[in-house]
Amino acid sequence: MNDAHLAGESGHLKVRITHKAFTAASGERFDVLRDICFDLRHSEVGALVGPSGCGKTTILRIIAGLDVDFDGTITRPLSGRLGMVFQEPRLLPWRTVDDNVRLVAPSIAAEALASLFEVLDLEAHYLHYPGELSLGLARRVALARALAIDPDLLLLDEPLVSLDEALAERLRAQLATLIESRPITTLLVTHDVQEAVRLADRIFLLSSRPAQILAEIPLATPRSTRSEREIGTIVEEVTSRINGRG
Amino acid sequence: MVRLISLTLFIAIWWFASLFAGPQMLPGPGQVLNTIAVQAQNGDLFFQLGVTLARVLAAFTIAMIAGTAIGLLMGRVKIADRIGDPWLIVLLNLPALVIIVLAFIWGGLTEIAGVLAVAINKLPNTVVMVREGARALDTGLDEMARVFALPRGRFLWHVVLPQLAPYLAAAGRSGLSLVWKIVLIVELLGRPNGIGFQIGVAFQLFDVTLILAYALAFVTVILIIETAVVQPIERRASRWRKRAP
Repeated sequence: MNDAHLAGESGHLKVRITHKAFTAASGERFDVLRDICFDLRHSEVGALVGPSGCGKTTILRIIAGLDVDFDGTITRPLSGRLGMVFQEPRLLPWRTVDDNVRLVAPSIAAEALASLFEVLDLEAHYLHYPGELSLGLARRVALARALAIDPDLLLLDEPLVSLDEALAERLRAQLATLIESRPITTLLVTHDVQEAVRLADRIFLLSSRPAQILAEIPLATPRSTRSEREIGTIVEEVTSRINGRG
Repeated sequence: MVRLISLTLFIAIWWFASLFAGPQMLPGPGQVLNTIAVQAQNGDLFFQLGVTLARVLAAFTIAMIAGTAIGLLMGRVKIADRIGDPWLIVLLNLPALVIIVLAFIWGGLTEIAGVLAVAINKLPNTVVMVREGARALDTGLDEMARVFALPRGRFLWHVVLPQLAPYLAAAGRSGLSLVWKIVLIVELLGRPNGIGFQIGVAFQLFDVTLILAYALAFVTVILIIETAVVQPIERRASRWRKRAP
């Protein structure tokens, strides 16, 4: 029994997953998610933080409508245009960077695309094929593709994972600029507390399997005005909460 | 260079063999070339080549389009695979001659019956190859297309077709040669023109020179199609691969 509505309030994401189980190849069923219920208001950025393998990606897949075998309901923002960045970039290797973005957003204006590529530092790569790009670049193209369709809901699955620290920091800054400049309801999945605290308005701490929401932590100060000290304090607080319970 | 030497060697062996066998059994290269020139001059050669080529292209196109559609369906939808598989095995193992003869009996000695018989002969082969390709489609890209709500047409053209390209190329390559060989049998059995018909006539007259002349002319045409059409398409389709590190 599940239901993926599109007719929510404008920009509002409502997630009510009561239960999700997987069947292993051996036929044995094991629980992955239990009572994952949360809301994101219009243009709010949420971060799901939890240990690796706890089912974060499964939550994203359910919200994206890729997995319909669960109990509960998902109410996606009105009109429901969905942008997603998968953990692997999932670009078409036989199309150029430009064509990859235009494939999903054929009607995007040239200036809009140009400004998106400028923020993401992709201007030199319009005509490159994904096979010629590093992972960091390919991620940025995937991000550009997700934003090019002007989504109502943006889902990011570990957007900074397996990049070196300097690169991750740069992309994080670009990401912050982009979501700051557009009113898009965004859900981010990460195992990195730093990343969550720097990008999100609201953090959801997840337990290990079967994943449950341990705590919901709203961040009061707006993203752009958060000082390094403040970020440090919150990171410490969140980390201690994870360790205290885990 | 190596190809040129190899080709010269082939012609030399042919010429030597013709000396021993005599012009009745195996005419030399010069004699065959001469016959090609004569047939070309009176226009017969081009007419017969054209007729046969048209049948080859028609049958090839039907078999590739229908085979791709069926193969894609069987590779993607389990129930279609279950239903289609026994049919496929029957078709794969039905001799070409049986299909041709039955087509002519049921459909009359018509152009449509002939072309369809050839297409049906090639069809299962295309289906098998495309099905293999459809089974190997990247599920990650599939999900990407679903999330971004790509319309079906764009999905097939930009996401699916490029992944099938190597399988389609293999099916096309083997298909072209298979189809033209079967077209000749169809022409021999039930058409009043074309290279197969001409070879039938030459066979009754024991005119080995004419048989070789027509065979050689058609192989040349296929070679030209291969280098001028098939290879450029393949190069274009795999352009992205070469630049990859």
